[in-house]
Amino acid sequence: MATQTAEPTRRDMLYIATGAAAAVATGAAVWPFIAQMNPDASTLALSSTELDIGAIPEGQIVTVKWRGKPVFVRHRTKKEIDEAEQVPLAQLPDPATDQSRVKKPEWLVVIGVCTHLGCIPLGHQGPYDGWFCPCHGSVYDTSGRIRQGPAPRNLDVPDYAFLTDTKIKIG
Amino acid sequence: MSGPSTYVPKSAIGRWFESRLPVMGLVHSSFVAYPTPKNLNYWWTFGAILSFMLGAQIVTGVVLAMHYTPNTGLAFDSVEQIMRDVNWGWLLRYLHSNGASMFFLAVYVHIARGMYYGSYKAPREVLWLLGVVIFLLMMATAFMGYVLPWGQMSFWGATVITNLFSAIPLVGDTITTWLWGGYSVDNPTLNRFFSLHYLLPFMIAGVVVLHVWALHVVGQNNPAGVEIKDVEKDSVPFTPYATLKDSVGISAFLILYCWFVFFVPNYLGDPDNYINANPLQTPAHIVPEWYFLPFYAILRAIPSKLGGVIFMFGAIVMLVLLPWLDTSRVRSAVYRPVYKVLFWCFIACVIGLGYLGSQPPEGGAVLAARILTAFYFIYFLVLLPLLGLFETPRPVPASIADSVLEGGAAEPGRA
Ligand code: HEM
Ligand code: FES
Repeated sequence: MATQTAEPTRRDMLYIATGAAAAVATGAAVWPFIAQMNPDASTLALSSTELDIGAIPEGQIVTVKWRGKPVFVRHRTKKEIDEAEQVPLAQLPDPATDQSRVKKPEWLVVIGVCTHLGCIPLGHQGPYDGWFCPCHGSVYDTSGRIRQGPAPRNLDVPDYAFLTDTKIKIG
Repeated sequence: MSGPSTYVPKSAIGRWFESRLPVMGLVHSSFVAYPTPKNLNYWWTFGAILSFMLGAQIVTGVVLAMHYTPNTGLAFDSVEQIMRDVNWGWLLRYLHSNGASMFFLAVYVHIARGMYYGSYKAPREVLWLLGVVIFLLMMATAFMGYVLPWGQMSFWGATVITNLFSAIPLVGDTITTWLWGGYSVDNPTLNRFFSLHYLLPFMIAGVVVLHVWALHVVGQNNPAGVEIKDVEKDSVPFTPYATLKDSVGISAFLILYCWFVFFVPNYLGDPDNYINANPLQTPAHIVPEWYFLPFYAILRAIPSKLGGVIFMFGAIVMLVLLPWLDTSRVRSAVYRPVYKVLFWCFIACVIGLGYLGSQPPEGGAVLAARILTAFYFIYFLVLLPLLGLFETPRPVPASIADSVLEGGAAEPGRA
């Protein structure tokens, strides 16, 4: 310590404390203006949808709206299930087993939003007969896993539960 | 750079006011006595054209807002009501939608003018950067405006563009949810976009004031790329010379604008936007408005989500860095034989990217877009820095007066 250096004074201390208090107060005042843009209580409340799946024939995909987004409920055929289960994980850009993505093999439930930039993929299309996204060409398989194209992730699986054998609750 | 202000109020009231708020003197020194290089060509009228277009968008926008409803259930119908029921509504809407295209046409010409004549070089870097800020604000404004009619392209364009932010590692999804105010583009999104679409043009107007202020500090560049040395010999006063030349430019531009508005008002738009937004069905082929196509082509050329987003924003970062990437001491392309050729290659590259951005991303189109994307970045990051070191420029005239007296012979390619 140089001998010239004066001890910090009361004034220095008050100066720093005032500055710090002003910074905190500014942050606290700005926060509501930022946070108001987050989803409001009514949006958060719209959280679950029930669906009767008894009427969906094998091979068909039904789209339901949940939290403003489409959810695909696909009644898979034997062939589709086999294809999904037999792919070696090493061939997948976002490796995940088919078992980890379904609760019952016949029923695949995924959020129908392309993980690239959010378009809705078209069912029963593309080389893997899963989904094809028309926007920038992402290809998904019969487990909703990304196989080709710019999308980084598999189609997301929402929270859902089988209420009975023919009824599911999403969310 | 301001010339000697000769402003003396003529009336007693004028003198009384001027000694209290010298605003007339400011206007006089900026837009009357201000010395403009005497060799400016018509490419220099685009600044005035842009100012005019900003005014046109604000005036038509404010009256449209008197009839528009920013609610997902009502927005589409309120726009149809403007088209069919509101007095002169069709005209106001067509002026505003085509006006955005005209605004971008003008800004692209204005930027290309700056690139050709080296207007971004010292001492005009801050002027140039303020221009880039204006350009970014214009893009944000136009994007949000296009969402308002709530047609299919509005909705899906908004979905794709807001999802760009989800590419950001870790916080991406939090940011997109915050932007949307929900879990997808929906009513809260439409509401905030309307609020911001109203706000941003006034912010642009503020930055334009800074832009023109910076211009008046460093002075205008000109086709010869040499500074004004002798105000008497090299320049003419802004009024009447620049005022009238700008008026001719604006009038010619208005003819084009009116041709679009009255003869082909939907030519630049997408027919899918006359279909009400449907969150459960994506149109077969999503394309943005023409003025975003080159950037969209770059986004799709990169086979990775984050990579595409980085390159797309990188394309604009190149404009930010341009003043420091171009190492040549000569400003104007008129005296840079190699740069001149490269410049036109660059323009062709951007137009090519624009075309590819409008095509479905399949086969040859993808490869071509990758090649042009590579050229775009090589142009800025490799060719421009090296060119300044290796190119031998032609002799630059000693002054603006000299270049004018050479009878324009010094400028064979008067671009
Ligand atoms: C709303 C948009 C804009 C408006 C209203 C505007 C307005 C103007 C005006 C009135 C001038 C003076 C007249 C002229 O030299 O043309 C000017 C000059 C200039 N602008 Fe802009 N501008 C806009 C956007 C831009 C953008 C996006 C850039 C570049 C990225 C830019 C770069 C420049 C430069 C470098 C000059 C000086 C030109 C020179 O003297 O050579 N401007 N602007
Ligand atoms: S949004 Fe699906 S591929 Fe881009």
